[in-house]
Amino acid sequence: MKDEITREDRVDALGGMGCKRKRVEDARFTQGKGKYVDDIKLPGMLFGDFVRSPYAHARIKSIDTSAALAVDGVVAVLTADDLRPLGLHWMPTLAGDKQMVLADGKVLFQGQEVAYVVARDRYIAADAVELVEVEYEDLPVLVDPFEALKSDVVLREDLVAEDGSLPDGAHGPRKHPNHIFTWEVGEKEATAQVIDSAEIVAEESMYYHRTHPCPLETCGCVASMDKVNGKLTLWGTFQAPHAIRTIVSLISGIEEHNIRVISPDIGGGFGNKVGAYAGYVCSVVASIVTGVSVKWIEDRMENLMTTAFARDYWMKGRISATPEGKITGLWCEVTADHGGFDACADPTKFPAGFMNICTGSYDIPTAYLAVDGVYTNKAPGGVSYRCSFRVTEAVYFIERMIEVLAIELNMDAAELRRINFIRKDQFPYQSALGWEYDSGDYHTAWDKALKAVDYDGLRAEQAQRVEEFKAGKTRKLMGVGLSFFTEIVGAGPVKNCDILGLGMFDSCEIRIHPTGSAIARLGTISQGQGHATTFAQILASEIGLPADSITIEEGDTDTAPYGLGTYGSRSTPVAGAATAMAGRKIRAKAQMIAAYLLEVHDDDVEFDVDRFAVKGAPEKFKTMKEIAFAAYNQAIPGIEPGLEAVSYYDPPNMTYPFGAYVCVMDIDVDTGVTDIRRFYALDDCGTRINPMIIEGQVHGGLTEALAVALGQEIAYDDMGNVKTGTLMDFFLPTAWEVPNYETDYTVTPSPHHPIGAKGVGESPHVGGVPCFSNAVNDAFRAFGLRHTNMPHDHWRIWKTANDLGLHG
Amino acid sequence: MIPAAFEYHRPKDMEGVLSVLAEHGDDARVLAGGHSLIPMMKLRMADVPHLIDLQDVGGLGGIDVADGTIRLGAMVTQAEIIAHEGLAKAAPILREASLQIADPQVRYMGTIGGNVANGDPGNDMPGLMQCLDATFTLVGADGERQIAAREFYQAAYMTAREDDEVLTGVSFTVPSGGYAYEKQKRKIGDYATAAAAVQITRDGETCSGAAIAMTNLSDTPIFSDAAGAALTGTQVTDSDIDAAVKAMLSDIDPTEDNRGPIEFKRHASAVILRRAIARAWSRA
Ligand SMILES: Cc1cc2nc3c(=O)[nH]c(=O)nc-3n(C[C@H](O)[C@H](O)[C@H](O)COP(=O)(O)OP(=O)(O)OC[C@H]3O[C@@H](n4cnc5c(N)ncnc54)[C@H](O)[C@@H]3O)c2cc1C
Repeated sequence: MKDEITREDRVDALGGMGCKRKRVEDARFTQGKGKYVDDIKLPGMLFGDFVRSPYAHARIKSIDTSAALAVDGVVAVLTADDLRPLGLHWMPTLAGDKQMVLADGKVLFQGQEVAYVVARDRYIAADAVELVEVEYEDLPVLVDPFEALKSDVVLREDLVAEDGSLPDGAHGPRKHPNHIFTWEVGEKEATAQVIDSAEIVAEESMYYHRTHPCPLETCGCVASMDKVNGKLTLWGTFQAPHAIRTIVSLISGIEEHNIRVISPDIGGGFGNKVGAYAGYVCSVVASIVTGVSVKWIEDRMENLMTTAFARDYWMKGRISATPEGKITGLWCEVTADHGGFDACADPTKFPAGFMNICTGSYDIPTAYLAVDGVYTNKAPGGVSYRCSFRVTEAVYFIERMIEVLAIELNMDAAELRRINFIRKDQFPYQSALGWEYDSGDYHTAWDKALKAVDYDGLRAEQAQRVEEFKAGKTRKLMGVGLSFFTEIVGAGPVKNCDILGLGMFDSCEIRIHPTGSAIARLGTISQGQGHATTFAQILASEIGLPADSITIEEGDTDTAPYGLGTYGSRSTPVAGAATAMAGRKIRAKAQMIAAYLLEVHDDDVEFDVDRFAVKGAPEKFKTMKEIAFAAYNQAIPGIEPGLEAVSYYDPPNMTYPFGAYVCVMDIDVDTGVTDIRRFYALDDCGTRINPMIIEGQVHGGLTEALAVALGQEIAYDDMGNVKTGTLMDFFLPTAWEVPNYETDYTVTPSPHHPIGAKGVGESPHVGGVPCFSNAVNDAFRAFGLRHTNMPHDHWRIWKTANDLGLHG
Repeated sequence: MIPAAFEYHRPKDMEGVLSVLAEHGDDARVLAGGHSLIPMMKLRMADVPHLIDLQDVGGLGGIDVADGTIRLGAMVTQAEIIAHEGLAKAAPILREASLQIADPQVRYMGTIGGNVANGDPGNDMPGLMQCLDATFTLVGADGERQIAAREFYQAAYMTAREDDEVLTGVSFTVPSGGYAYEKQKRKIGDYATAAAAVQITRDGETCSGAAIAMTNLSDTPIFSDAAGAALTGTQVTDSDIDAAVKAMLSDIDPTEDNRGPIEFKRHASAVILRRAIARAWSRA
């Protein structure tokens, strides 16, 4: 029997960083015991439901609510006219635009909120919605942003001055009534010159289709105004509860201390739950008016059709290189379809998010990016669906351009990447479009990935398959999809990152209890990422108390410190850093207490796993548990009682996770059916806090990448009708469609992050989409294909094959 | 996704069902597994003021394989079809097709009666029943009658069943020879982009009979007599299969939807039928 407790045992007992700690959340989630917003039931609670526009563009001639109001159980029907006196018929968007809460004279997209019915239960509300009579006069519909920029049809009359001139938008001058902004980065003339005079130039246009994050739980809220004490409590599916509190305060005039925002368990967000929606405003108003609480929960179609979409970027690229394949310049022009209102959720100074990460993992000396935002008759949104602020679009763009350049050069695409990677010794690396990449070791990761999949073997097999296909022996082609991505996450440094003026720091507050357990509260909010598990692990390692003795709490603005919430893979890079820093403050005080108790000088004790010990005399120590007790219960000269700390962390830079992915796919040329034979994903997210959670995040992100690449889209017809508004047509993959993923890693810690962690929640999505898409494109490379757009569903793949003459 | 208010009836016998139907006419509908009807009600595409639940009505269950005939009660679920060993031996195409319908959760609820009575061109069982030349039994105020599956379908959601009739079961002769149910779909839980049901009998090297039906390629299932005839008496060579496919293509009339344009559907249906014939022939 082992009689001595080793240092290793003590490390294991903590359950700190690096261990595969089981998720503490899962006990309730797997037993159906989670508490989501729709589980909240308050006495006398009413239900809200929307009358929505069937038209994509129409003037509203009249709204008759009388039949609805006559229904027993209907309490109120709100229209824009009811909200106008309160100044709440419009609301600010996160992108500096404004958006109608309820249709003010016209509608701009199918499904737009027109009236809000409040009733005793949701069944009565749904019936009454049918009885509200709205008279529409339809207007010409614009669903194509290029058309919109030429059209005489003005979508937003509110943004045109009386004399017909165009006032500046939130991001500068506008060149057409349907134009929102132009955002330019990099050197236009220099880039044009480099590319125009280059020997090798590849050009391609690509459309990154509109899609939707489609979290399992839709958006919703419960607003409860207590008229006695003047306090408003708002529960909801908020990825940024503090930001919502501030926004509610700013638009309602209720002082911030009288507003309490609570995010209960959230069933997936992926960016969809960052913005402010009409449902929140109407529920708050309805609760103030009626004096009772009001619940609003979207159904699936409402969620897909009206709450924040993702992507919808038309991208045109030019890339130049020497004949040997060294890239010399990159040009990227984007036409961004933002729908009827600009409700993107990007930091203020970045109207196209971090699209300027589009030089990717490559040392590209000269580059230029221009993005034009455009209004159309589609739903507003434009959130970062499992990606930080348009990084998916940027990485897709560069990873497709690399493939197209490889074709132009008649070169292997893996080799082309290798010779252009930013070298390890170039970090920190200043990119041509303005970012300082903190760290990376791309060559090592790439070599490891290619070796793991036997890349040369795959190419040989593919070449043989092409021969067999040409000889009529098979109807299946094989694609090898490559992608090497560099993410940019952890927004962000307050000096250049804010949303609506709110700086994008984050926070952690820790209280150690006398008996040596603790509670830590953060400004972030988990939507499935497992924060309660991982943040406790960070703290366990920092303060020497077991992770199992640390409660992590998020999402209640009355108790949690101010923070900007969870999206854009920012929780670990920002709040995780705040957690470590707060932990270090605890440790600093604990050191003084330990020294006092051990009767030595502060500098003569050192931290060791779960204790402070006298230097050189490890048998003389005080455990953190003992120190915690002493902190509260022993009078120590010159030291206040208690053991608490708070840290607000303003990151000095973003973090730059990266990875190397390979997908092997077989494609049935006759049916367009794809079969993913193998998917290998190497991620470098810096320091790894919990390998099991990382693996889970990678699986989830890859699955959403598969969805987007192979079929998931929000499609509109010419009349602006949503064609994919249910899960019958909107592709949500199940276990059946998902391949086995092989995960791998390298570790390149972030040099500026307290624990070296970089974030991983979005990497697999960012890197996965181009990997799946490249596999499809690659399968047809031998037959002359340069590029075909996503989503690669059966009929589009079939069409690609058909256009290439592969059906005889 | 909340249906309009409705009255829920749960009679204990067929008499009770028929009397509610008689009283409310087309304001009443029977409910089997509900996995087609309830979504339509929630989308408010079906307005059903009176819903008659069949689950307590006796005599609508059971799988019988006897005397060369197979009889399935209307309330037999797809899961029961899959699980039934005797049925799998006698008519293996039923299990093969059922396993391609939706997912296990839906299959525990969805019934053969609901699937064939629904009239949705996307349902897989109607084409299969036409392939097997099944007979449907209907009961109404005037008693029982029989109608061939091949005569039953008129247009999308329009069948030969009168509003006041209930389908009590399907029956067909135990099939012989080779079989295949081949279906292309976008994902689990999806209706067919194209599907083919094929039964082939063989006499030495020669095909002695073939029945072919297609799903979701017109506003009804398509039993292609000509396609079957094109194979009968041949040795099922590539050119014979070509002829069958050609015949099938002139019988179907697909429309464009999110699964793809007409051109693609015609191509895919040809591929699917080819594969189905090849597999069925290899099993014959
Ligand atoms: C996600 C999903 C995926 C699906 N995928 C497929 C698929 O790939 N292929 C496929 O074939 N089906 C599919 N289905 C449909 C499923 O198989 C249905 O359950 C089936 O079509 C209808 O059977 P039901 O018992 O649920 O009928 P119900 O929904 O109860 O009824 C359907 C219709 O038939 C009528 N009806 C029912 N029983 C009788 C009767 N005995 N007499 C007269 N009228 C009757 C009802 O009044 C109603 O109009 C899917 C369903 C879902 C939800």
